[in-house]
Amino acid sequence: MTSMSDLVLKIKGLGKSFAGVKALDGVDLEVGRGEFVCLVGPDGAGKTTLIRLICGLEQADRGEIEYFGRQQKKLGSKERVRLGYLSQYFSLYEDLTVEENLDFFSRLYGQARNQELVERLLEFTRMTPFRQRQAGKLSGGMKQKLALACTLVHQPDLLLLDEPTTGVDPVSRRDFWQILFNLQLQGKAILMSTPYLDEAERASRVALIHQGRLLAFETPDNLKKQFAGRVFELITSDPQSWYKRLKSQAVFLDLQLFGDRLHLVVRPEVQVSEIAEFLINQGVKVEHLEEVPPGLENVFIFLINKSGGQN
Amino acid sequence: MSRLAVEAQGLSKKFGPFLAVDHVSLSISYGSIFGFLGANGAGKSTTIRMLCGLLRPSAGWARVADYDVLTEADRIKKVIGYMSQRFSLYQDLTVQENLEFFGRVYGLNGSKLKSRITQVKELVGLQGLENKLTGKMPSGWKQKLALSCAILHEPEVIFLDEPTGGVDPISRRNFWELIYKMSEEGRAVLVTTHYLDEAEYCHELSLIHAGRIIASGGPREMKKNYFPGNLLELACSKPLKIYEKLKTWPEVQGVSLFGTRLHVLVEKEGLQKFKQRLESLGLEFSLRLINPTLEDVFIHQLEKEAEKDKANGHS
Repeated sequence: MTSMSDLVLKIKGLGKSFAGVKALDGVDLEVGRGEFVCLVGPDGAGKTTLIRLICGLEQADRGEIEYFGRQQKKLGSKERVRLGYLSQYFSLYEDLTVEENLDFFSRLYGQARNQELVERLLEFTRMTPFRQRQAGKLSGGMKQKLALACTLVHQPDLLLLDEPTTGVDPVSRRDFWQILFNLQLQGKAILMSTPYLDEAERASRVALIHQGRLLAFETPDNLKKQFAGRVFELITSDPQSWYKRLKSQAVFLDLQLFGDRLHLVVRPEVQVSEIAEFLINQGVKVEHLEEVPPGLENVFIFLINKSGGQN
Repeated sequence: MSRLAVEAQGLSKKFGPFLAVDHVSLSISYGSIFGFLGANGAGKSTTIRMLCGLLRPSAGWARVADYDVLTEADRIKKVIGYMSQRFSLYQDLTVQENLEFFGRVYGLNGSKLKSRITQVKELVGLQGLENKLTGKMPSGWKQKLALSCAILHEPEVIFLDEPTGGVDPISRRNFWELIYKMSEEGRAVLVTTHYLDEAEYCHELSLIHAGRIIASGGPREMKKNYFPGNLLELACSKPLKIYEKLKTWPEVQGVSLFGTRLHVLVEKEGLQKFKQRLESLGLEFSLRLINPTLEDVFIHQLEKEAEKDKANGHS
């Protein structure tokens, strides 16, 4: 756990409305040094609003934000330079090269040209071979890595990333995790929003936000402990037609259909023998039945239903 | 064997000296969902454009819904549906107006257009939203509308090019329910995605790299056949402290942090050695074998290809 002195960001009772609609409704959150916190939730849950409030792009209606252990009404310039913000719509200069973009953003932050830092960032993001390429000619994944590098030129202590991996291919995404991991090792704090729950598996803690409220804020492991159910993987021929026939059966809390298998979610007290018997009675030819650990998607759907569902 | 909706043999495309697609063969049955995976620039889009009859292959052949892409490209355009991430809905038209517009583009009119729109709205769950302005809808709904527009003319083969970028988990689930409905109606669906957890929903997968297909199979088969190492989940009190150390052990092929745990890829023969070394560190830990994700498989295959390229002197 994070000790008090290590807290980089502390949020208490944050609230914000837009035209009478509550975008955020009393959110508490904290991020410590070396921590990677993922913010997940449906579209319109308030993820982007929260990040914008932390960046000082919007003013909260109520609540407090403490940066680096100091409480203040407004984000001061001293704290501002310690933040790095990458939005969904970060714009690079498409007609500048990779290196020129890095240089430009570093000057924006009032820094003298620092070739060593530029080299380090290029290396760090595995972009060195592409330093002379125009940003506009990079693939989506590379652009996003460059955008991340540009938010690191002033060596911020707290990184705020708003859905940074949308449209990024798996290879660049792996690089992206490696970069974030290295930043964590350096003691930087990261707050990232994402619509992808498998990405949140990598987080130190996951904040699940729904309709402007925080439903859970836990390590992925602890979050899964809140899940009151068991997941069984069923392998059978034609899972798709079985999915349709089993969906309405009360014994299953949820069913997930995959290309070549089914996941059956049942109450915690249900035993594997009961499920097997039930399936066989239904006429399912069970090739394989095995309990699997719940994914964050199972937990997410469970917690949202528990809180009153999605409207 | 079920009837094939898409069949390609040795399909290739050269742009000048650059071989974008290199002898791609694939087949998709009616009613099947086929996931076409690959990094940016691997040749996915070029292949799809050839299958849609938009681009003439340099070599090889393909048939789509029984039409030849070389000689019957015009017919193919009428029996396929296409939707991409950058779906081109008219933001300032209502839902109903977009449906009517795209229906007419596909040559529907009169009572036929009307009844198809009603059917599709029911299928997708767009009833009651007819007068909503498209630009003001959440992205999950826009995506459903885009799919609706692409299937009004009852295409036999549907191409979905990165259809779910940036959509939340619940909307994604709903969207996949729709894709399964298409499959139940006997349509063939080809999907590309960068999110490999989504590839788990497909019946069949092919991974393309540098224009060539390097792995194919169902999701479980892919994990079994194309991931030779042991993937281990390691839980211990100070994962960051031992991370650097693990990386130096010769049997360790990769380490990454997952929450408070580490995922360690250990080569097939090195498991015993790895356990011994861990024990000699004298810290408390727990270790278990875990299933690789499709993303693990994908990255592993691409790294293997990169090594081959290096050995062959390519960059």
